[in-house]
Amino acid sequence: MASSPKLDAKIPQGEIDQKWTKYRSTVHLVNPANKRSLEVIIVGSGLAGASAAASLAEMGYKVKVFCFQDSPRRAHSIAAQGGINAAKNYQNDGDSVYRLFYDTIKGGDYRAREANVHRLSEVSGAIIDQCVAQGVPFAREYGGVLSNRSFGGTQVQRTFYAAGQTGQQLLLGAYSALQRQVGMGAVQLYARHEMLDVVNIDGKCRGIIARDLISGKLERHFGHAVLIASGGYGNVFYLSTNAMGSNVTAAWKAHKKGAFFGNPCYTQIHPTCIPVSGDHQSKLTLMSESLRNDGRIWVPKKAGDTRKPTDIPEEERDYYLERRYPAFGNLVPRDVASRAAKERCDAGFGVGASKLAVYLDFAANMMRYGQIEANKQNLHNPSKEQIRELGRAVVKEKYGNLFDMYKQITGEDPYEVPMRIYPAVHYTMGGLWVDYNLQTTVPGLYALGEANFSDHGANRLGASALMQGLADGYFVIPYTIGDYLSEEIRTKAIPTDHEAFVKAEAEVQERINKLMTIKGTKSVDYFHKQLGKIMWEKCGMARNAEGLKQAISEIQKLREEFWKNVRVTGEANEFNPELEKAGRVADFLELGELMCMDALNRNESCGGHFREEYQTKDGEALRDDDNFAYVAAWENKGNNAWELHKEELKFENIKLAQRNYA
Amino acid sequence: MSKENFLKASLGKKLVMGITGLFLITFLVVHVSLNACIFVNDGGVLFNEGAHFMSHNFFIRVMEIVLFAGIFTHMIQALILTLHNKKARPVAYAVNNGAANSKWYSRSMGVLGSLLLIFFVVHWANFWIPTKVAVFNGEEHNTFENMKAVFSKEYFVAIYMVGVISLCYHLLHGFPSAFQTLGLNNKKYTPMLKTAGAIFSIVVCTLFAAMPITMYLGIIK
Amino acid sequence: MSGNMNLTLKVWKQKNKDAKGALETYQVKGISPDMSFLEMFDVLNEQLITEGKDPIAFDHDCREGICGMCSMYINGRPHGPVKGVTTCQLHMRSFKDGDTIVVEPWRSAAFPVVKDLAVNRSAFDRVIAAGGFVSVNTGNAKDANNILINKDDADDAFNAAACIGCGACVATCKNGSAMLFVSAKVSQLALLPQGQIEKEARVLNMVNQMDEEGFGACSVTGACEIECPKGISLENIARMNREFIGANATKK
Repeated sequence: MASSPKLDAKIPQGEIDQKWTKYRSTVHLVNPANKRSLEVIIVGSGLAGASAAASLAEMGYKVKVFCFQDSPRRAHSIAAQGGINAAKNYQNDGDSVYRLFYDTIKGGDYRAREANVHRLSEVSGAIIDQCVAQGVPFAREYGGVLSNRSFGGTQVQRTFYAAGQTGQQLLLGAYSALQRQVGMGAVQLYARHEMLDVVNIDGKCRGIIARDLISGKLERHFGHAVLIASGGYGNVFYLSTNAMGSNVTAAWKAHKKGAFFGNPCYTQIHPTCIPVSGDHQSKLTLMSESLRNDGRIWVPKKAGDTRKPTDIPEEERDYYLERRYPAFGNLVPRDVASRAAKERCDAGFGVGASKLAVYLDFAANMMRYGQIEANKQNLHNPSKEQIRELGRAVVKEKYGNLFDMYKQITGEDPYEVPMRIYPAVHYTMGGLWVDYNLQTTVPGLYALGEANFSDHGANRLGASALMQGLADGYFVIPYTIGDYLSEEIRTKAIPTDHEAFVKAEAEVQERINKLMTIKGTKSVDYFHKQLGKIMWEKCGMARNAEGLKQAISEIQKLREEFWKNVRVTGEANEFNPELEKAGRVADFLELGELMCMDALNRNESCGGHFREEYQTKDGEALRDDDNFAYVAAWENKGNNAWELHKEELKFENIKLAQRNYA
Repeated sequence: MSKENFLKASLGKKLVMGITGLFLITFLVVHVSLNACIFVNDGGVLFNEGAHFMSHNFFIRVMEIVLFAGIFTHMIQALILTLHNKKARPVAYAVNNGAANSKWYSRSMGVLGSLLLIFFVVHWANFWIPTKVAVFNGEEHNTFENMKAVFSKEYFVAIYMVGVISLCYHLLHGFPSAFQTLGLNNKKYTPMLKTAGAIFSIVVCTLFAAMPITMYLGIIK
Repeated sequence: MSGNMNLTLKVWKQKNKDAKGALETYQVKGISPDMSFLEMFDVLNEQLITEGKDPIAFDHDCREGICGMCSMYINGRPHGPVKGVTTCQLHMRSFKDGDTIVVEPWRSAAFPVVKDLAVNRSAFDRVIAAGGFVSVNTGNAKDANNILINKDDADDAFNAAACIGCGACVATCKNGSAMLFVSAKVSQLALLPQGQIEKEARVLNMVNQMDEEGFGACSVTGACEIECPKGISLENIARMNREFIGANATKK
């Protein structure tokens, strides 16, 4: 298989561990005086967007940042709980750049581009250094050094964390750096602005159309380059762990203006989320993967067992992850853990009212920690109660905020009874196709962080999203953008009365007018919920050809109905959250179809993409490397038609193998 | 930032409030100690000696000016801050449950302070002005008799009770708050400081309250 | 219908920043105690849309208590009656069938109303832009473990840094003061060695910006600490006062 001529990944020549160093040292530079007249637009203010904005502004570029929230600090990176990986080997447990690279490629089920992943591993250490220098308060040991913990899919401790709020602390670090540049006038901030189209002139991306969400006015903004860092599209499922506002719109508009969409079907279903409790539910809440360090996952051995979990004796419990995957136990990768939970529940062993849940139990480790504490405190013959109390305190320090959140949401105390958890949509590995420079198929248009498809293959390892977002923003784009902008130093700022801007704005206006004038009978949320249901049932944790075909036709029908019968209240020229939602759901209704098409095209199982037709007899994902070791990059042909292009994935450093966590 | 800006900053203004507040607290100690002399119940001999000392000692006279400067600075700064604070919330809440998160008197320092101001006017008219007039005329002022006369009237006793209770609540909040404003807050010592502040406020105000009451009831003759 | 609670809601409606607002009364039925407060609002909005009425605009995003976007003043308290949670983590089991609930926006001159319950909190961003950072450009850093930090200090810094910037402190303060918010950032950086180099300029500039934005002064009522969904301590305000006094004493 050869890659499509339209997809030049621009991977530098040379040995894998020399590619980035060499490339970085030879990539074209822009001199400081020229940087001052080059403008960069960044859409999204999460880890990738904020870190890119701060770094590029520090270098001297003129930067504009757009976010739909009221402040850049609200971006959903803030909700990441567990941690950030880095190949520091501080624990002296055999970690290295190569091992992180290997774990990530393997964790991604051999569907990621080697060169990108290796670069990610190389810069991972510098991210931690940068964050610490900014004052990010990572967890520390008593000696004053940084603390680490384990995450799924690895056998070393390389995850840095700040209690259960790592994403928050990292984002606030990047946000501080960004605000510093805002204060100095190097970045112009456009909060409560939503990008509604990109503007291409002569084949290059030259700006965006944005809507001021407070006044409803459309604005035109020129940029020599545009960076999409708008996150993932998990909300296509309606229920996900994404924020309510997380959306695909910016990426989708870029896609419709020429950027290919890579691997849309790769969705990460996170194994440890609080189960759905009713129809009213608006979103799902994650319980950090870090809990699997200390929580043991089990279901009763007897199907339909209705006893209270604490009444079920040890020998009648099935610790199915430990049973099936003794080497990694409860710390298998997310896709594996999620499927195993679904398998147990589908077989009738699920717990809780809905029977769609498994237990995550801390009792054993609470006792173990309690015993260690008792020894530390020189307590002789402590009572069981004392040990429990001591252990409880240790668990509280590690995961207190998560336990509180669980209690608040479910009304149950996880210190007393095991948590009930079930998989939920969490992250999308797919996204805009980018080359080694993070540039999409449109020159001058880049995608960073979750918005691109690049580093996680078919399944992302825990604590790698934060790593990738910050790698892209702090340490990749500041170099790679030079390759393009060095050629643009003669391009003067294009006035926004250029016909391309006028035309793009008119199109955006027309679409808004259309949404406002349908005045149908059903709310935006109605359509969103319907779409979510189709996606979850037919393009969720397990997929099959027949279901996907049905899903495609159901989505087409739903989309048609949406454009005939949606009701958007209020006016276009005011703060109107319903109109915002309508635009986003309209885009999801197109994306959903593409996701199903991609899933249908990929006749194999890999990582988060599990096709029921393709599994081993033990129920593990069965890859087809001969026919599918490629990135599926979809070109939009208009009117919901797409053309598939393939980028062949060459594995020159890691041998393709069946993943084995047993 | 220049010195002017230091006082222009909200933190600078609060610091002025804290420092003047603590200074006024030290004055209260002197005031209450002296007045407590009446409890010797010697017909006011000891008390009048003290009063004489206070009205004729040069250092005390200088401190008196500082005291008034302190009171007025505290008041004016409070007024400026209150106006500033009002401007920070132009539209009031329809429903506000302040009791859920703070003590009523911590939210009522302005009202308590205003009550205290009214009380001070009465108090100065009752005692401070007659003393000054006597000193000016070169006469000896019998402050103890002055007290007995004032505290024989119910309405004065009532006004003094309102004044003392206002003072007590003002102190209950003001004492620990001043330390917070000065930047002194510490897990270990702040609870102790709060207790000390409460004891101080209650003891001082009980002593002050005991004066009009005991005189009115004729216990102190 | 997923539940059996019926409630009367009195909600602030205001078309935009300049319009006059008023409380409007709504009835919601069939509310489940497992719903979050915002999901109850979703039900109400769905109902209003069905009736062809304008739904209530309110800010919300992550719905897991960390983004700081949700901001409702519920029955006279920011984020409602339960301690240590944001509005999105407040559940209807904290209310009773038949209750009347009054919901207002944060009220502060520095937080103008955008629409209904949504307010503009960009003042906070400008305070951070004035000094809430360490001036270290990307690439300047040395190896992370070259900076050793006492665990207690690191923990205290983390506790201060846990602020989500929701503005509940301003909303509940009788003076509309932002001291808790500003001091949390000042404290975080004052507690860490990385923050020492710029500590004087930081506190002076941030306090200056805070005042310029129109926030009130601190009366030490302690309401902010009680209402803060992340439990940010008043100690931070004392630390900021200390930093402010020190910075003024040593500045040239």
